[in-house]
Amino acid sequence: MSKNFDWGKEEKFVKIGIPKELYEGEARVALTPDSAKQLQKLGYDCVIETGAGALAGFADKDYKEAGVEVVKTAAALWKAAEIVAKVRQPEAVELKRLTKGQTLISFFNPAANDAGMEAAKAKGANVIAMEMVPRISRAQKMDALSSMANIAGYRAVIEASNNFGRFFTGQITAAGKVPPAKVLVVGAGVAGLAAIGTSTSLGAITYAFDVRPEVAEQVESMGAEFVYLDFEEEQQDGAATGGYASVSSPEFREAQLAKFLELAPEVDIVITTALIPNREAPELWTAEMVAAMKPGSVIVDLAAEKGGNCKLTVADEKIVTDNGVTIVGYTDFPSRMAAQASTLYATNIRHMMTDLTPEKDGQINHDMEDDVIRGATVTFEGEITFPPPPPKIAAIAAKPKEVVPELTAEEKRAAEVAAFKAQTKNQVILLSVGAALLLAVGLVAPASFMQHFIVFVLSVFIGFQVIWGVAHSLHTPLMAVTNAISSIIILGALMQIGSGSFLVILLASLSVFMAGINIFGGFLVTRRMLAMFQKS
Amino acid sequence: MEFGFTTAAYVVAAVLFILSLGGLSGQESAKRAVWYGIVGMALAVAATLVGPGAGLWFLSLLLIAGGGAIGYVVATRVQMTEMPQLVAAMHSLVGLAAVFVGLIAHIELGRVLGMDHATRETLDGFAGLLAHKTAVEINILRVELFLGIFIGAVTFTGSVVAYGKLAGKLSSNASKLPGGHMLNAGAAAISAITLIWYFNTGGFLPLFIMTLAALFIGYHLIMGIGGADMPVVVSMLNSYSGWAAAAIGFSLGNDLLIVVGALVGSSGAILSYIMCKAMNRSFVSVILGGFGGTTGPQMEVEGEQVAIDADGVANALNEADSVIIVPGYGMAVAQAQSAVSELTNKLRAKGKNVRFAIHPVAGRLPGHMNVLLAEARVPYDIVMEMDEINEDFPETDVVIVIGSNDIVNPAAQEDPNSPIAGMPVLEVWKAKQVFVSKRGQGTGYSGIENPLFYKENTRMFYGDAKDSVNALLPKID
Repeated sequence: MSKNFDWGKEEKFVKIGIPKELYEGEARVALTPDSAKQLQKLGYDCVIETGAGALAGFADKDYKEAGVEVVKTAAALWKAAEIVAKVRQPEAVELKRLTKGQTLISFFNPAANDAGMEAAKAKGANVIAMEMVPRISRAQKMDALSSMANIAGYRAVIEASNNFGRFFTGQITAAGKVPPAKVLVVGAGVAGLAAIGTSTSLGAITYAFDVRPEVAEQVESMGAEFVYLDFEEEQQDGAATGGYASVSSPEFREAQLAKFLELAPEVDIVITTALIPNREAPELWTAEMVAAMKPGSVIVDLAAEKGGNCKLTVADEKIVTDNGVTIVGYTDFPSRMAAQASTLYATNIRHMMTDLTPEKDGQINHDMEDDVIRGATVTFEGEITFPPPPPKIAAIAAKPKEVVPELTAEEKRAAEVAAFKAQTKNQVILLSVGAALLLAVGLVAPASFMQHFIVFVLSVFIGFQVIWGVAHSLHTPLMAVTNAISSIIILGALMQIGSGSFLVILLASLSVFMAGINIFGGFLVTRRMLAMFQKS
Repeated sequence: MEFGFTTAAYVVAAVLFILSLGGLSGQESAKRAVWYGIVGMALAVAATLVGPGAGLWFLSLLLIAGGGAIGYVVATRVQMTEMPQLVAAMHSLVGLAAVFVGLIAHIELGRVLGMDHATRETLDGFAGLLAHKTAVEINILRVELFLGIFIGAVTFTGSVVAYGKLAGKLSSNASKLPGGHMLNAGAAAISAITLIWYFNTGGFLPLFIMTLAALFIGYHLIMGIGGADMPVVVSMLNSYSGWAAAAIGFSLGNDLLIVVGALVGSSGAILSYIMCKAMNRSFVSVILGGFGGTTGPQMEVEGEQVAIDADGVANALNEADSVIIVPGYGMAVAQAQSAVSELTNKLRAKGKNVRFAIHPVAGRLPGHMNVLLAEARVPYDIVMEMDEINEDFPETDVVIVIGSNDIVNPAAQEDPNSPIAGMPVLEVWKAKQVFVSKRGQGTGYSGIENPLFYKENTRMFYGDAKDSVNALLPKID
């Protein structure tokens, strides 16, 4: 136990309490022995209700070893803890136990839980709803919805396989050939992607569909095939709605249903994961499609809690239709993998506490200026703070590129002609000005000068033509080589060195000497540099 | 030897020089092209030595050999990071040589004009050429001479100052004497007056005064330009050394000098133009120093700079499929190019797509980064120009920015009030993750905050670039 004793005087630590979940069949717990140790490093003490972790495979003994205090009753726990962390939306009896200034971290479903918020407000408790954590990169580590969705997606495939009478992977055995199973995942959110990954790794041929075409790349990177619709419409960008799918247009829906009907006889397993925040789940897999499926096929409906993507789904139950299709409508997939789900959820909670404790001093700093904390807080100091203002930082996905309006062929042609005309005009003006200047010089200058002048102008012209072609990467060698050849000035010195006084010889000698350095130095260093440029 | 032979040799040499520059369009043809230049130069020198007017063969050859020995030693010893200094130093030699040659021509002119008609007829070579000039031609000659010396002198002191700044012997900050550009304008005015004076009298004094004024202009102009504008300065001086040679060529009546001078001059001018364009600044504003004024308040930068350690960067690199490295002057300062190359090799060996993005003004010399990377044995076909690679950033997993700042500043695109608004920049912030290797929190050359450092997908990898990259190497597996 990592209690610090300061000169023998025990400090008063803020306690984080974890009650046993009351919801029937809920096996998860918001604290694991590992996360408890991490929380203690932040300066908190942890206290847990006896048996809270039992269903997830964590015994009271494990908690005690990690330095967690175990209390007998829920009432004692709610009294002792200043911060309470749990998994499920609190029940009425739990809300009654809230006290003023207490912080509750839990799933809260604030959009459909006005009574809960009113109760928490009346008690003066601060409630952080885990499903309200904004979907921005910084907050991913505490995004419990994603961690739970990940588990649900994985488990959905496992449940499907459990109810499916065949292999997922194709095999050629001595006893004959087994075709691989065909899996269709509808909705490529976190759960969908997890389902795709699990399904492909079991060897099934996996198809995936999503209303957001930009996820096609993610789908394909997981090894599934993205199902495209024959549909021409500006499809909505999920980034505008915080990375979630939104409601689609009727025409789009029709195209989608037609495509599904076409796929239904082929696929063996359908996993639907389509949820739209705060709405009933959209119907994607109609009774007609179920009827078209082969006997023995399995549908796993992850949206069962919100009415199901298939209307035949019965929440929390597994049914078999008349034509032998099994429909799994469980709503507790994460709880069915309680050990894993608890570990991830406890880590999310721990990250939330880290953000709430910037000083790591065991004192909670409920900073309402912080986008993440503000977004997740639904009641604070006797006020309901739901819904939160839109986050300052834009969503995860990249901003859509500004679409340049497509030009028609004529417009393009016209633009090209205009550009060509402008260019011609520029060149003609430049040339006529140049020619006029040249003629003007020719009028006054003597012929001997003009001879050299023509050479000069032509050389400048050639220089411009040639230098534009030099590769950018060779600009340094270009400078070195021009340096070397500009030592051509040596000719001027050589021509005069022999004809004159001592002063002339001295100056000429110095020039020859310096130019000599330059010629050799310039060319050699250029050669050295060029020899370094190697192709891979 | 006949004058005709020398002229013919000059034509061949001029063609070789043109081919030599034209061959630099590709890395492979460049290796051949440099030989054209060498042969052209040898031909030109040999033809001049045997041609009219030349004397003291032995002394000339001895001096060329002596200079050549020094040049050889310098060229083989210089480090690639020191290329900018070397180029600047060489420009100063060309400039000084131009001044000397101009002065010689002046002395010769005075000597020939002092002779009587009969003696003039016996002269040959340059002196002979002078002897047959009319009064108008001699006046033109004086102007050419004057220009040659003026440009040569500006090039000389300018290059010396540029050398000092690049080699760290002078502070690379922009500094001006009290009076600023008025002093330059004054010196230019003096030069203009002395031109008229010289034109009328042909005396040595105006020439001397002008030389002093030009030396001052070169010194003071370049002192006023900061370190990061050196790519423009060095290409400008490169251009000047060419124009000086051309002007001297006019006064000596030597076509090869004119041709080569014009080639070099236009080459430098184009390089300066490319550099200015890459900074979205006019040539004049670079030369006069300092950044243009802002037109309004700059955007507030939101967020904070988040630091990361070598483990974090190495993890990201291990997971990435595509990596782009953006090197800048900081990489050259820290001598990190070999470490970067080793990192590249390790990542490429794991099948990752590693490329380099080079901004035209990265470093202190046009193409400086390319040479450094080539020295460190980075294959040139993965070293991309800005226009080639800018589109690819959104599909890139990791971008590592090593020692560059302004060339990756999103403010150039996002903030119309930024002093660098409109400057083309590498759009690194569009990549999934950006790591910035930097010595500490601070602004770049332009003194502008870089919002890139505050972006959500940016992590700051503080420390010396070489040490940082070396720390990464063992962690890449």
